[in-house]
Order: sequence, then structure tokens, then C-alpha cells
Amino acid sequence: MNKYLKQLKEGVLDQNPVLVQLLGMCPTLATTTSVKNAFGMGMAATAVLICSNIFISLLRKFIPKQVRIAAYIVIISGFVTAVELLMKAYVFSLYQSLGLFIPLIVVNCIILARAEAFASKNPVLPSAMDGLSMGLGFTFALCILGSIREILGSGKWMGLQVLPDSYPKMVIFVLPAGAFLTLGFVIAAVQKIRNTVEERARKKAAQKPAEQEENAA
Amino acid sequence: MKILLLMFTAILVENFIFSKFYGCCPFLGVSEKPDTALGMGMAVTFVMTVSGAATWLVYRFILSPLHLEYLKTVAFILVIAALVQFIEMFLRRFIPALYTALGIYLPLITTNCAVLSAALLAVQNSYSFGEAVAFGFSAALGFTLAITVFAGVRARIQASEAPRAFQGFPLTLIAAGLLAMAFSCFSGISFG
Repeated sequence: MNKYLKQLKEGVLDQNPVLVQLLGMCPTLATTTSVKNAFGMGMAATAVLICSNIFISLLRKFIPKQVRIAAYIVIISGFVTAVELLMKAYVFSLYQSLGLFIPLIVVNCIILARAEAFASKNPVLPSAMDGLSMGLGFTFALCILGSIREILGSGKWMGLQVLPDSYPKMVIFVLPAGAFLTLGFVIAAVQKIRNTVEERARKKAAQKPAEQEENAA
Repeated sequence: MKILLLMFTAILVENFIFSKFYGCCPFLGVSEKPDTALGMGMAVTFVMTVSGAATWLVYRFILSPLHLEYLKTVAFILVIAALVQFIEMFLRRFIPALYTALGIYLPLITTNCAVLSAALLAVQNSYSFGEAVAFGFSAALGFTLAITVFAGVRARIQASEAPRAFQGFPLTLIAAGLLAMAFSCFSGISFG
């Protein structure tokens, strides 16, 4: 069980597909105008990611090496079509606001990257867990961006008023330019945190031998 | 005239990268030097024009008569993947000069969402054959314009001294944001 928890932490924080691995930029930039859209997009991609990881892992001994990318794309696009039809039937307003980005999950590099790097080499259960944790990491990153953009751009969060009416709405954050700016600042913050953590670890590592020498003396 | 308006809209007003975010991965990944960016742009233009025609024909003459419209995502991505492979073999065999120039970018194009979204948009807006080809071509021109201009900007950024946390990707994104602001002035233009 511990192994799976570690996988989950890796997907959501240490190896976050968007904030650390910098994959899947198109949906990240395009669908984060509000938290609702961001969450919907994240969940749709997570569903596809889990299903395609399970399937590719099951078929990993049967898919010939030379045509594996084409085979992955067919499997992924099958699941994407299923998710698209389900969303059209049950969450129509979300389906409309995400628009073309639902079929575009097919070419989302996160899904293909996990298929190639993980599911094609590992058994079913870890692959499913990998899909879940990477998908949750993707959703998490999208929700952070969506929250920042929705609050600054329209003073609302999930459609609820959080800032007073007198707050001047910075419409730029809901526009395309705001997507690039917000993601730039969020990734800069993540890099800052990573740099600090690394530095602390290095200092600790440097301190230990020194202490040992002192003890020895 | 209608086609000219459509092309103008696709290149500037609804630029694939700066207003629609289709094709951001290669845009952020390959735009480090102006000449590689131009090479990538040309390869994308080539593929998008041909795939615009091919996917339109597949939709009109295979999917529509069989009432399999809901399979268009699967069908289009297969057509695009096959087409990219075919173009690569064709160029290597018959136009080696062009192959050496564009060859390395071709495999990347299958997973470029700009190509798939141009094909899907052409169906969504029920374009005629000519319009679909013109749309694919001009959307790709818009992509090339964006990626080349941005590569020039990026070459300058690399020489600048930024705070450590901002170095690399964040600064690239912020520069892209500023460029997107410039492109957003085209969005006021409308054709009656």
C-alpha cells in the first residue's frame, strides 16, 4: 500500500505533469478560465489516462515495438471518444464550454508520455495507479491556475462572489494573455520552492559529514 | 472574397497559438532558434494543408455516408498519423533536399494538436473543400508566424539576467503572454 501512496505523492507533487514536467500545455492554458472548466478538463483527462494506462499495460506483450505509438493513439482515441459521448450526454454545459479540447485529449502529451514511459513496462495495478496519480496531479495544477485566473479576473470562485463588488476586475486574466502570464508566475513559484528545498537538502548533507568528523575528534 | 476573409481571420484574428492555444507544446518546445522555428513552421504548414484536404474527404465520403460521424476523432488522428508517415517517406525518396530540411520535425507533428484541431474545426464549421484547405493552410501560416516571431524574442531573453526562479520556462511563458497581448488587438476586428 505504501508503494501506491508514494506513487500518488510523486504524481501530484514531485513529478507533477504540468508544473514540474511541463507537459500538456495546450489544455492547461486554454481551459483554466474558471475552476469549473479546469476541474472538468482534469477529470476527463484523468478518466482517459486511467483507462488507457490499464489497457496499454494489459496489451504490452502483444503490441509490436515498431507500431506501438500508432497503437497507443488508437487506444487513447477510443477512450477519448467514449468520454466525449458521455460528457455530451450527462454534463452538456461543460461539454460545450470545453469545446474542441475534449477531442484534443487524444494528442495530450501527458497521456502518451505515461503510456510510453510507464504503462508499456509495468503490470496493470501500478499502471492504473500511475494513471490516477498523474491525472490528479494534472487536475490539481489546472485547479490552481483556474482559481487564480477566476478570482483575479472576475472576483468569483466556482461562481461564488469572493471579492467585494468594488474590486476592479482584471479582465486580462481571463483573456489568453493572462493564461500565459499566470502559468509563468506559478511555475516560477514552483521553481523557487524546488530550489529552496534542494539547497536545504544540500546544506544538511554538508553538515552531516562535518558533525561526524567532530564526533570522531 | 469569403476565402480571403477566412484566411485573414485564421492567421491574425484567431491565431492558433495566441488566441486558441492549439499547438502550444511545439510552440514552447521548438521555438528556441529562429531557423529551427521556421523549419518546424514549414513542416506544419505542409502537413496541415494536406491533412485539411485528406480529412475533409474522409469525413465527406467515408464517415458521413456510413453515419459514423462520432468516430471522427479516431479516424482523423489515424489519417494524420498515416499522412505524416507517408509524407516522410515520399520526401525522403523524391525530394531529399526538403527532407533534410524538415525531416526531424515531421514525427513530432502527429501529436501537434494544431493539426487535429484544424481538421475538427473544418468539420464543425461545415466548410466546403476549398475552404477547408484554405483554413488548414492559413491556420498553419498563423502558427508559423507566431513561432518564428517568438523565437526571435526568445533569443533575446536568453541573454538577459533574470532571477533564478524565473530562468528558463517561466520567463518564456511571460514573454508569450506579452506577445499574446499584442495579438489580442486583432480580436476587435470583425467582418460584417
